[in-house]
Amino acid sequence: MSMVFIAVTALVVLSLIFGAILGFAAVRFRVEGNPIAEQINALLPQTQCGQCGYPGCKPYAEAIAAGDKINKCPPGGETTIQALAELLDVEAEPLDAVEGEKPQMVAYIREAECIGCTKCIQACPVDAILGAAKQMHTVIVSECTGCDLCVEPCPVDCIDMIPVASTLQNWKWEHPLPPGTLIATDRESLS
Amino acid sequence: MSTWPIHPLRGGVHPPECKALSNQQPIQSAPLPKQLIVPLLQHLGSTTEARVSVGDYVLKGQLIADSANLISAPVHAPSSGIVSFIGPQPYPHASGQLMDAIVIDTDGLDQWCSLEALPHFYQASAEELLDKIRQAGISGLGGAGFPTVIKLSPAPNQPINTLIINGTECEPYITADDVLMREKAPQLLLGIDILVQILQPENVLIAIEDNKPEAIAAVRGALQSRRYHVIAIPTIYPSGGERQLIEILTGQQVPSAKLPAQLGILCQNVGTAVAVHDAVIEGKPLISRITTLTGQALQKPMNVECLIGTPAIELLEFTGLQKAQMSRLIVGGPMMGFTLPSVDAPIIKTSNCLLAATAEELPAPPAALPCIRCGDCAEVCPANLLPQQLHFYALGDDHPQLQAHNLFDCIECGACAYVCPSSIPLVQYYRAAKADIREQAQKLAKAEHAKERFEFRQERLRLEDERKEAERQARAERLAKSKAEQAKKAAQAQAADPAEASQAQAEDELKRLKIAASMAQVALRKAEKQLDIHNTEELQSQVEQLRMAVEQAKQNLDAAKPAKTVNDGPTDDEIKRLKIAASMAQVALRKAEKQFETHDTDELKVQVEQLREASAQAKQTLDSATAASSTVSAPATTEKAAKAEFSPAEQAQKKAKIEVAMKRAALRKAERNEADAATLTTLQAELTQAEQDLAALN
Repeated sequence: MSMVFIAVTALVVLSLIFGAILGFAAVRFRVEGNPIAEQINALLPQTQCGQCGYPGCKPYAEAIAAGDKINKCPPGGETTIQALAELLDVEAEPLDAVEGEKPQMVAYIREAECIGCTKCIQACPVDAILGAAKQMHTVIVSECTGCDLCVEPCPVDCIDMIPVASTLQNWKWEHPLPPGTLIATDRESLS
Repeated sequence: MSTWPIHPLRGGVHPPECKALSNQQPIQSAPLPKQLIVPLLQHLGSTTEARVSVGDYVLKGQLIADSANLISAPVHAPSSGIVSFIGPQPYPHASGQLMDAIVIDTDGLDQWCSLEALPHFYQASAEELLDKIRQAGISGLGGAGFPTVIKLSPAPNQPINTLIINGTECEPYITADDVLMREKAPQLLLGIDILVQILQPENVLIAIEDNKPEAIAAVRGALQSRRYHVIAIPTIYPSGGERQLIEILTGQQVPSAKLPAQLGILCQNVGTAVAVHDAVIEGKPLISRITTLTGQALQKPMNVECLIGTPAIELLEFTGLQKAQMSRLIVGGPMMGFTLPSVDAPIIKTSNCLLAATAEELPAPPAALPCIRCGDCAEVCPANLLPQQLHFYALGDDHPQLQAHNLFDCIECGACAYVCPSSIPLVQYYRAAKADIREQAQKLAKAEHAKERFEFRQERLRLEDERKEAERQARAERLAKSKAEQAKKAAQAQAADPAEASQAQAEDELKRLKIAASMAQVALRKAEKQLDIHNTEELQSQVEQLRMAVEQAKQNLDAAKPAKTVNDGPTDDEIKRLKIAASMAQVALRKAEKQFETHDTDELKVQVEQLREASAQAKQTLDSATAASSTVSAPATTEKAAKAEFSPAEQAQKKAKIEVAMKRAALRKAERNEADAATLTTLQAELTQAEQDLAALN
């Protein structure tokens, strides 16, 4: 009988101690916000373009954390999908976009046609358009994320999206063919 | 002379040197080209901006481009002539892209601008010397082309105790530094003196590979009493790499992602030291360099002193290019150089060699076969990396693993690819992977930046909305307050004289109607006059219309009058009139009844009935009028009744009442304006007096 009593007492005491520790930890090490959504958000390209159907990158990150698909981000492309698949340990899927992956774009305002309506300025999520009412607007190229959002509101259609030009600074060496991928002439020359 | 201990390089290869091809003759001056293409970017760092415009005449040595950015080097005119074009021109870069350049049509005079020499540099301060070097536009002539002045200005808490002058020139074919040391040893040592003057190092080491005995002898001969160490190091590729040379000479490894300066060591190329000499002692900016022109496709391979901006093709033709034999034209050496995309590309500050190779000399690389994991690459890697491992990670785009295996410590020397039995272009993989990683890092940084800007914008919009909302609320509050005040005032006015407000309103309305009626009347009269003169149908119909309009106006006016009566209570006259009408109706009814009693006819019966109705109506009207007068303005009626009987008394009462209202208003006003207590008391007393007077009159 006393054995049972000791066992019960010991378990009760243990449960109380661990309960106290857990309770303390829950308060002391409380994490604000959703850490997974934060990590996902860090991988998204932050163009805030809304092409995923959410009003910005953070809402999409939260949606992914809640179980949405990871292939809805055209500006991020395959790279982002791969990174997300790795982070979340899910299968990478092909990009879900009509036009597929597009090169990095930048907005260009044909300044002679701009009427200074400020509509594009209000649409730009990163304040990359400079101008004032009835003054010509222009795009700060280094800040433009190429999100397309300024094109739609322009009443005179003077905004073009142009691919970012290749310069000496952003030029990349080409990837060589993987070894062993030989064409017929290569085989001939080897033998 | 003490011997300096050297530490043999781990790894490395011994490719055929082929240096004898070009180092058998003295340096020759290249002919002045007709056109010089001077690119705006010839160094690592930010590009410069042109300081001349098309059509300007420039003198040799004149500044033509500069940048406000720190990591940059100014550009000078290599010869005198006219600027004929500023814009995209061929550029020695592996991509084959164009680069903005200043094109100068030379005039053949080669006329110098005025130069400021500083021959007694021993008396100059380090700042003066550094400024001179910066103004001369010197960037490293060895390979990478980092602006020299940045390298020479280390952090103040980081003294340089070892200055290494790099004369190793380990890459095959290239002999530019070799012949430079042979022919310009005194200038080289003076240049080193200037660097020593700036840096004050404890040791100065001049490292030369032992395959250049003439150069070693020349430098040693020019040494005189200087206490610099001229060290012959074993020939091996790539001993001339900065980090490799430091390891050979000091045994120290420069940690990954750190600079040699953080170990107190600084490396400068021999060519750079000579350029420093020219800049300080002769005042000449960096406008020419010694370039090796070599390869089996050239008839007379040699080293030339050529102007920056000389198109490659002119130099090659000067040395007897056999175009048919040339299979590849390489800038730099065969190990680290790249194929020049266009023979029109100019020589820039970093171009140390042009290699016009025949197909036998540099055969096209055979097709790559799969890696057999022989490990030869790891043995020759001078940076102690694992090339085959990096190769596999690069194939799989495994960026974290590539970085974990220190991909960025790879100096792209090509030793691994040189020994690879499967002919795998390993360096290409590393270059592509490095570019990818850098691009992704840039994208990430840009995303982070965009996020910051986006969040800042959201915050700004939120604050703006909050501010607007607050303003809106304040406005609404103000409006409500003023409305309440108005209502209060109106209530006060009503309390002071309840009849007045509504009466005034009714009177206004009545006045308006009266005016409308009289105007209609006037119009009618005018029209009638017209009608009298010219009697037309048109006028007649017009008059008819006007008459109707007048009738309408009158009706409106009449309709408004009873409304007024109801509002302000029927006047005595009205009631009197109604009474008379009622009694007359009564009398008529009685008469008719009497008649009906005598002659009982149907006609009379109807008449009586009608009269009875009319009488009842009149009575009803009278009753309602009196009722209205007693309910709506009982006091007024009584007053008016009183007025009818005792007019003077009524006048006095009215006066007293007005007095009371005015006093009350004055008191309110004083209260509102927060007048002092004394005034308030006086006003209060006056009001009480007036009220008492009124009560007495009542």
